[in-house]
Amino acid sequence: MEEFTVPIGPQHPALKEPISLRMTFDGEVVKHVDVRLGYNHRGMEKMAEERSYIQNLYLTERICGICSHSHTTCFAQGVEKLMEIEPPKRGLYIRTLVAEIERVHSHLLWLGVAGHEAGFDTFFMYTWRDREIVMDILESISGNRVHYAINTFGGVRRDISETQKQTILDSLSLLKQRTDYYANIGTTEPTFVARIKGVGKLSKELALSLCAVGPTVRASGIKSDVRKDDPYAVYNELPFEVCTADTGDVLGRVVVRVNELFECYKMIEFMLKNLPAGDIAVKAPRRVKENEVVSRYEAPRGENLHYIKSNGTDKPERLKVRAPTLANYPATVEMLKGCFIADIPLIFAAIDPCICCAERMVELVNDKNGEANIVSFSDLKKLASEQYKKCGNKPEPVSIAKQLEKIRRKS
Amino acid sequence: MLAQLVRWSRIKSPWVLHLNTGACNACDIEVLASLMPRFDLERFGVQLKGTPRHADVIICTGPVTRQTKDRIIRVYEQVPDPKFVVAVGACAMSGCVYRGMYNVIGGIDQVIPVNAYIPGCPVRPDAFIDGVVKLLGSL
Repeated sequence: MEEFTVPIGPQHPALKEPISLRMTFDGEVVKHVDVRLGYNHRGMEKMAEERSYIQNLYLTERICGICSHSHTTCFAQGVEKLMEIEPPKRGLYIRTLVAEIERVHSHLLWLGVAGHEAGFDTFFMYTWRDREIVMDILESISGNRVHYAINTFGGVRRDISETQKQTILDSLSLLKQRTDYYANIGTTEPTFVARIKGVGKLSKELALSLCAVGPTVRASGIKSDVRKDDPYAVYNELPFEVCTADTGDVLGRVVVRVNELFECYKMIEFMLKNLPAGDIAVKAPRRVKENEVVSRYEAPRGENLHYIKSNGTDKPERLKVRAPTLANYPATVEMLKGCFIADIPLIFAAIDPCICCAERMVELVNDKNGEANIVSFSDLKKLASEQYKKCGNKPEPVSIAKQLEKIRRKS
Repeated sequence: MLAQLVRWSRIKSPWVLHLNTGACNACDIEVLASLMPRFDLERFGVQLKGTPRHADVIICTGPVTRQTKDRIIRVYEQVPDPKFVVAVGACAMSGCVYRGMYNVIGGIDQVIPVNAYIPGCPVRPDAFIDGVVKLLGSL
C-alpha cells in the first residue's frame, strides 16, 4: 500500500499550542514523524542579553505560563551562585513550597488533559474543578493565579502568615481526598485503563539512550530526578520518594504523576509545619562578576536547565534555556512510530508538551542574498552530512537510526 | 422577524476558536479554566470548537510571531461571517514583554482587525468572562 503524509498542526484541535507534526502513514499506522518547530519562537534568549538581571527574572517567568516558577527559580539559583549570595532558610522554604504547589497544579492539569484526550471528559472537568483549590492557594501566597513572581535574587518577595498556613493545610486535606479518588479512577476504571494501557510504549533502554526526562523517563522504570540526584534549595531536608513505574506506556505516566501528587502533599505539609523563622530575603548586588554557571531544576515536566554567562555588568552575556519538552521530543518520535492515528493526541499529550518552553529553533541564513528559512530536523541532518562529505570526511557509517534499531532488537 | 431570530441565536450560542499565536500558555490555561465548572462560561452558550469553519469568535492569545502570521490570516479567512476577534492578554494587545524581540511582530491588531481587548498578564477568568459578555452585549 502506498504511504501518504498528513500534516498535523500548527492549528489543530488535538494540539493546544502551535506545533507542526508531519506524519507518514501506511494505512492506519504511523511510519515516520517529523517535528517542525518555530511557531512559538519569540527570541527570548537574545532579548535577555539586553535586559538587566532583575528584568530578566520576570522575562524568564514568561517563557512558560504553566511552569513559570520553575524557570524563574532555575534562573534565580544560577544568578545567586554568580552573585555569591545565599538566600535565608525561610526564603528557600517558601520558594520550594511554591514549587511543589505548582507541581500539584501542573499534574492535576495534565491528568485532566489526559482524560480529555482519552475521551473521558468528566475526568477532565473533575480535575480542573479541584485544580481551582490549588490556584486559590497560589493566589493567596503570591497574589496572582498564574505568574506568581514570588522569586527575587536572594530569596522571595512575600512571607506566609500563620492564618495562611492553616488555610493551606485545610485545603490540602480536601485535595488529598480527591486525589485518592482520581488515583482509583485513573488506575482501575476498566474503560479508561483499556484505552491507555500499552499505548505509546517506551522501553527502558530507549528512554535512556534518547535522554528522556521527567515523568516520561520515570514511567519507563528509571529513577531520574534532579531533586534527589542533585538536590537544590531544601530538597535534601524533605521526606520524599522518586516515583517510578515500569510499564513504560501512558498508563505508567498516569501512575507516576498521581503518585507524585501524594509525594507533593507530603512535602508541602512537612514544609508548612517546619517553616523556619527569620528573614525571607537578603540584599542582592546589581552587578555580577564575570563567570558562568549551569543551573538545574526538576520542573513538573522534567529537568530544566539554564546556562548563564555574566560579564561584570548588570546584564547577562548569554542565557541558554533547555526546557524539558525539548529533551522529550526524540523519545516522542519513537513512541509515535508504529502507533495508530487515534493514539497520536494521547501519546503526544502524555509527555505533557509545553511548546512555548521548547521553542528553540535553527534558522539558516544564506549569506549571499540574506534569505532566511527554517529548517526541519531531518533536513538539517541531511545538510550536515552533505557538508561533511564536501569537506572530504565521510560521515560515520553507523547512523543513530541503526543504533536505535540495534537497541530495539535487543529489547 | 428573521433578522431578529438570527440575532438571538448569535447572542445565545457564540462558538469560539482558541488560537494560540505564540503565547506563553498562561492565558491559554486561564481561557480553558473559565470554560471549566467553577467559572462555567458555557452557561452563556459559549463552546470551544476545534475548527475555524465552525466558529464565530476567534480568541487570540499571545503576540504574533513571524511564523504564525500567515496562519492567523488563513484561519481568519476561514471563519464564516460575521466574525469577531478577541485579543486576550497584554501580549495579544501590544506584545507585552515580548515587544521588540526579533521574531515578534506585535499585537494581534497588526495582522487582523480586533473587536475586543481583554487586559491582564495573564487574563483572570473573571476578566475574560466580563470581556465576552460585553462583546455579546454589543451585538
